[in-house]
Amino acid sequence: MADATVSMTGPRGPKPKRRFSPTNIMLYGTLFVVAVYYALPLYVMIVTSLKGMPEIRLGNVFAPPVDITFEPWVKAWAEACTGINCDGLSRGFWNSVQILVPSVILSIAIASVNGYALANWKFKGSEVFFTILIFGAFIPYQVMIYPIVIILRETGGFLGVQLMGSIWGLVIVHTIFGMPILTLLFRNYFTSVPEELFKAARVDGAGFWGIYFRIMLPMSLPIFVVAIILQVTGIWNDFLFGVIYTKPETYPMTVQLNNIVNSVQGVKEYNVNMAATLLTGLVPLAIYFISGKLFVRGIAAGAVKG
Amino acid sequence: MHSVEIKDLDLNFGSVKVLQGLNLDIHDGEFLVLLGASGCGKSTLLNCIAGLLEVSDGQIFIKDDNVTWKEPSERGIGMVFQSYALYPQMTVEGNLSFGLKNAGTPRDEIAKRVARAAEILQIEPLLKRKPGALSGGQRQRVAIGRALVRDVDVFLFDEPLSNLDAKLRADLRVEIKRLHQQLQNTIIYVTHDQVEAMTLADRIAIMKGGAIQQLASPEEIYNRPGNKYVADFIGSPSMNFLEGVLDGDAFRVGDQTFSTVGYNFKSTASGQASMGVRPEHVVIGDAARAMPNTVDTTVDIVEPMGSDTLVWAPVAGNRFRIRIDGQTAISTGDQITIGFDAARASFFDAGTELRL
Amino acid sequence: MAIADDAQSPSAVQRERTQRPNRLFKNMTAKIASIPMVATALVIFVGCTVWTIVHSFTNSRLLPRLEFVGFEQYERLWETRRWLVSIENLAIYGVCSLILSFVIGFTLAALLDRKIRGEAVFRTIFLYPFALSFIVTGLVWQWILNPQFGIQSVVQRWGWESFAFDPLNNADIVIYGILIAGIWQGSGFIMVLMLAGLRGIDEDIWKASRVDGIPVWKTYVVVIIPMMRPVFITALVIITSGIIKVYDLVVAQTSGGPGIASEVPAKYVIEKMFQSQNLAQGFAASTMMLLSVLIVLIPWAYLEFGGKKRG
Repeated sequence: MADATVSMTGPRGPKPKRRFSPTNIMLYGTLFVVAVYYALPLYVMIVTSLKGMPEIRLGNVFAPPVDITFEPWVKAWAEACTGINCDGLSRGFWNSVQILVPSVILSIAIASVNGYALANWKFKGSEVFFTILIFGAFIPYQVMIYPIVIILRETGGFLGVQLMGSIWGLVIVHTIFGMPILTLLFRNYFTSVPEELFKAARVDGAGFWGIYFRIMLPMSLPIFVVAIILQVTGIWNDFLFGVIYTKPETYPMTVQLNNIVNSVQGVKEYNVNMAATLLTGLVPLAIYFISGKLFVRGIAAGAVKG
Repeated sequence: MHSVEIKDLDLNFGSVKVLQGLNLDIHDGEFLVLLGASGCGKSTLLNCIAGLLEVSDGQIFIKDDNVTWKEPSERGIGMVFQSYALYPQMTVEGNLSFGLKNAGTPRDEIAKRVARAAEILQIEPLLKRKPGALSGGQRQRVAIGRALVRDVDVFLFDEPLSNLDAKLRADLRVEIKRLHQQLQNTIIYVTHDQVEAMTLADRIAIMKGGAIQQLASPEEIYNRPGNKYVADFIGSPSMNFLEGVLDGDAFRVGDQTFSTVGYNFKSTASGQASMGVRPEHVVIGDAARAMPNTVDTTVDIVEPMGSDTLVWAPVAGNRFRIRIDGQTAISTGDQITIGFDAARASFFDAGTELRL
Repeated sequence: MAIADDAQSPSAVQRERTQRPNRLFKNMTAKIASIPMVATALVIFVGCTVWTIVHSFTNSRLLPRLEFVGFEQYERLWETRRWLVSIENLAIYGVCSLILSFVIGFTLAALLDRKIRGEAVFRTIFLYPFALSFIVTGLVWQWILNPQFGIQSVVQRWGWESFAFDPLNNADIVIYGILIAGIWQGSGFIMVLMLAGLRGIDEDIWKASRVDGIPVWKTYVVVIIPMMRPVFITALVIITSGIIKVYDLVVAQTSGGPGIASEVPAKYVIEKMFQSQNLAQGFAASTMMLLSVLIVLIPWAYLEFGGKKRG
């Protein structure tokens, strides 16, 4: 590179880099090995779900399928048995959807109003309730589960509706346990909105709901998306509340999946099991791959939920 | 002798060309200030000299040694950062000695250098404290100390005073100047503050768009700006510009004609040009009548600033700033006569914007 | 901001409303809108917790009864082998998952922070398991660790005949089988936290350490890690509160087996309450869980909020 005609010689321009320096080999090697560990289960799920049982019995979980068959998927969706019911995971899927939609809407509606009140309309004691709420996020659910069963049963009896064991009971439970983290999320967001905006709206005569609907709501779309991602993933993946507050006809997908795969009766059909597992994971995975950065924000916000 | 020499330096971030064909020679013991608005490439250039950014093309020499491919720690430089960048978990002493310990410097040598730096910067009482317990000014002293103990010939300062309040900034500025007089090291100092540049520099390099606009002494830059950008950038309040036509000894703006007698043109010039007059070079009242150029005008706005007063009055239909003594009684609507000498003005070509 | 007097009667509010729409009336709306929050805080988080603690001192079996028996449930709890196994499992799982999450999470974050190619791809791969439920996680790993068809058989077929790795059917190591799955699911998230922490560190610190000639690894150990303390504390709280709640993973992966070898406290509670009709045992066990959370939480809250006395 050094040119004799140039008065100054020696190194010039960028330092030549060795592509395969020991550091780089270590760096990328480590990342690659770890990536295999993380990616493997998804791969295994996919290939297993596309194999027939005879092929699986030949034995290699990692081998790609020779004869691709979608039969396990069909069976998992429409025919797999839990106990005496043999209508597949589809029922759990629709139950989950029916639980998910009202839970997400209700929990976000309530929490956003809470957050808004806490950020802009503080009243005596509001911070105390908020602190209790945040500490509540750390209380193991097991401590509160049984009394809530009683509350649901009693309120249901009082109102003349069946809350315990129904989808609506579960919706209430999800709304309650989603509240701490969502309230925190919205409170922090609304606190960051310039106070002048709020004051200007007050001067213009807008009230609690006017400011909420016309000022705060339109400008906080991103935080609503984060909240929706957080709630959809969390509620879809829930198992504990589903198993306790619903009954077999209203079991969400995760509970039904567990019952299908871990049922002790009959021959184990691993391909059907993996198809069912993938089906259950599909909704949160789709959200994850589509939403990317927002998902990370969502889970980071939901982290304290544990 | 050259202390730092930069040859045909290019730096690209992807397809964005940040620095292009830059050449710069810095003498031994010189205090050079890189001045410019944010995004002009001045910090980028400093990072290239430090070796913190890899150049795309060109060479960098420090003490006649080609350091283009060398690590920052091997270049014989010390650096002070805007955010101080002190190691927060170490004491001041730990901060000063960390690099030396790591380089395997003998223990008594480390102690000697730390003691000397602490004495020069008057931070001896702070040695056992952690950065968190220091004020901004103290932190910046420690940061300077960390560069000092490296016992190098070239110091790089990256906007070291920008995070300090105005008063501290003025105090520390004087100290940096004193430090330079005492140590006689080469200093390359990046700032966007023209007062810092004017007060500290032996030479100032004014940068814009990744290129050096003018490299000269502060006095030269102030009195004979090389182009219109430099003229506008330096000086506060900034220079007045009047667009017009140069014709022999006359400069015509609308129906006004000014004499250019006394101005030292580089070569005979005529045609479209702009004339720059610094507000502080304009006088009013009796003094104005003694000047080669006079204009009668009406005061538009008065901005008293204590020590002096800024007066706005139109000249040939343009807004015109005049800086006068703060004690002068003047108010909006007053009829005044202003005067200036073309010898102290600057003329720029209307097309190239270069000094004529 | 509007801070109104609490001691106003509803009729006063009515009067205010007809006279002028002032701060008090508006704030009343805020209070009404906050009823769900107040009710949740008081009835669920305080009320239900107290209720459970109180009933843990009774001899409730099929139905809750207020017949107090002192600490009898707790004595019985700590004499139950199943509970002791659960605690031991939780301890092993907890310590290992804490250490591994930190080491893996930080190492991966540091590697990704070295301005590498394909960072987004790696990050996506490391994090996707976090989107999956513990049930899915448990079932996948149950399948991969299946002795007949999974890793063990694959390695054996490759020629290493004596290779044995069957954690899910070996009572001694079953908890490590669960650990593998748990780490797989959660460590990506810890990595994301750590990466955010690393990205938050002043770029000039790195520059200063390069000018000082400090090797990269030493900068991490001596300078960067001490600066990451807040992130580490957050990660610690998140991991620990997650560990104590471990339930679904075990249910899906081993159902607590073989035998009772992989039981965990959360599972013990649910089974005592809803299957073996021994409510008070469940209450006592859940109170113990609460206690262990408080042991982690109180020092943290003290560290985090103790300094500044403003809510």
